[in-house]
Amino acid sequence: MTNTRLPVAGTSPSRLLEIENLSVHFSRSGKLMRAVDGVSLHVAAGETLGLVGESGSGKTTIGRALLRLLPEANTQWQGSIRYQGTDLASLSRAGMRGMRGRMQMIFQDPVSSFNPRRRIEDIVAEGLVIQGVPKAERRTRVEAALADVGFALADVAGRKPHQFSGGQCQRIAIARALAVQPDLIVCDEPVASLDVSVQAHVINLLQDIREARRLAMIFISHDLAVVKNVSDRVAVLYMGKVVEMGSGEQIYDRPAHPYTRKLLEAVPVVDASRKLRPAADQQAIPSRIRPPSGCAFRTRCPRAVARCGEEEPILTPAPRGQMVACHFPHDETAPFSTARQA
Amino acid sequence: MSEDLPILACRDMSCQISARPKALDVLQNIDFTVARHTALGIVGESGAGKSMLVKSIMGIAPASVRVNGQIMLDGQDLFAMKPRDRARFIGRKVGIVFQNPMTSLNPYVPVGRQIAEACRQHFDVPRDEARQRAIELLRTVGIADPEDCYDYYPHHFSGGMKQRIMIAASLICHPDLLIADEATTALDVTVQKEVLDLLQTIQEQRQMSMILVSHNLGVVAGRTDEILVLYGGHVVEYGPTSEVFRNPRHRYTEALLSAMPHMDQPTHTRLRTIAGQPPSLANKPAGCPFAPRCGAAEGPCHTTMPDMRTGTDSRHRFACHFPLEQTVGPAVVSGATDRGARAQ
Repeated sequence: MTNTRLPVAGTSPSRLLEIENLSVHFSRSGKLMRAVDGVSLHVAAGETLGLVGESGSGKTTIGRALLRLLPEANTQWQGSIRYQGTDLASLSRAGMRGMRGRMQMIFQDPVSSFNPRRRIEDIVAEGLVIQGVPKAERRTRVEAALADVGFALADVAGRKPHQFSGGQCQRIAIARALAVQPDLIVCDEPVASLDVSVQAHVINLLQDIREARRLAMIFISHDLAVVKNVSDRVAVLYMGKVVEMGSGEQIYDRPAHPYTRKLLEAVPVVDASRKLRPAADQQAIPSRIRPPSGCAFRTRCPRAVARCGEEEPILTPAPRGQMVACHFPHDETAPFSTARQA
Repeated sequence: MSEDLPILACRDMSCQISARPKALDVLQNIDFTVARHTALGIVGESGAGKSMLVKSIMGIAPASVRVNGQIMLDGQDLFAMKPRDRARFIGRKVGIVFQNPMTSLNPYVPVGRQIAEACRQHFDVPRDEARQRAIELLRTVGIADPEDCYDYYPHHFSGGMKQRIMIAASLICHPDLLIADEATTALDVTVQKEVLDLLQTIQEQRQMSMILVSHNLGVVAGRTDEILVLYGGHVVEYGPTSEVFRNPRHRYTEALLSAMPHMDQPTHTRLRTIAGQPPSLANKPAGCPFAPRCGAAEGPCHTTMPDMRTGTDSRHRFACHFPLEQTVGPAVVSGATDRGARAQ
């Protein structure tokens, strides 16, 4: 199941969303924090883009910026976000509300993203009300959306969020996003709060819906195994910048950026055939308010030399075809997984 | 105490929450031992009873919970002691690190004092010596400039650093057993690895025993000697970690292993799911707790709780009427075989 929809330099006709040079800065008590710093991404119709990185790398901020859900106070953002050619920055509030009929979001904690006092059918229908869908049509669309996630409207009607488990709530959140029939869903850590068995269910469900509706997704997660499973392409973020971007196979089998390798090495692997040897090394994560000069990762990088502190690497094609922002990218021919095995 | 005596032994332990209309069984027939200098992993989904088990051992279960059975800590029966002596004894023998370091640390007290506090509580040591010990431990857990950090408040530290401080605090009484209750769940993968490495190093260097509680099978896999799988308040499988992962005999363990996405699988691989929901405390199934979700459940599964059976390896035990076959090769941990094949 190799994916052939690789990004080709230049423009592709099917690009649904294009982000160019997006920067989001938060200012708090006189200090400026560059949450997202010059990020360019694109998503084609029906494609899933995975965003991975540690907490504070800007994953969620990008997701929220796409739907213009960032707080207004103490926030500045620049760059262009184009959705099917429409620049989101130029839209009025009402225009943006209309745009959210085509872009939806699923949050990490489904229980807290619901109003606990509303009934399930009203929660799912809320987007439709905002989009001005006539009442007669709403019921059928709510029913269809709930059916897509495996609920019968008759069974859940009249019930409240607290009567459902975490996994069920997440399915209802997916139904709420699907009801308005979007082309793109931003999934912000949709399975992080779920148990393994429930997580598998939600991932499979998202995959089915993606195939059936040719839905594009931006899948934000810190779990690299989950991102590998769902994503056609993966972008690795570090301190607000994309450090590596490519197909799942490129990123996971031949990671070029030392940070990507570090992330992959840290993933706990279900392999009990040998006992792990603890590593003694540890490096402090640099401050976001005063990022290091040059490459932001150099303070933790085993390959860093003087040049990394002077000159900031930009995203360039790596030997294996993916884009990487590193002066000294890895180009080992052996798949990374064998290195882990050794 | 003698060296071959296990540090911890739970015999036929059970926990009940007194509630109306009937008491709820949180844990039933829990039977396990932790040998000296070894690490035990406890895994299970939310609601399986992991935290209740840990709290019962620590003697910090809520007042509404009745703990029955026998818990032997370092050869002493905990329930034969007076409550006051018991708390003292557990406090000296066992160190614990909880999931959320922010709620375990008092935000108004400098971290060093919080570490030294336990030492002054349990041993009659002067203030200066307690301080020295705390600084020494801060250095052990990898905090730079421990002398300065002693006087810092919790908010000065990142999540991973706070968890390191919690580990230091848990070590201050030189415990024989360290319990990490989902200690790395709230952390990033890279930080999680560092903290797990630290726990493992400390356990090995100080010749302690460790209980690693996690919902993540990957966390437990390469870092424990034995593993205990909890489901619906029962031990469903218990044995040497490598054995259980290579050849799970209980169908729940096997299902859980195959429900996890692996990094070696190609993109868009369909994951195996487990139908249904974990049992609720209020209406537990009469027989095997996993029976309603199990594909192979038959008559006896729904009526009687299976007894613990033993595999070819006598240390590998599982509670299933129709266990999976003993296979030789690594059957389920397909990731390992895939990688091996690709390497050749």
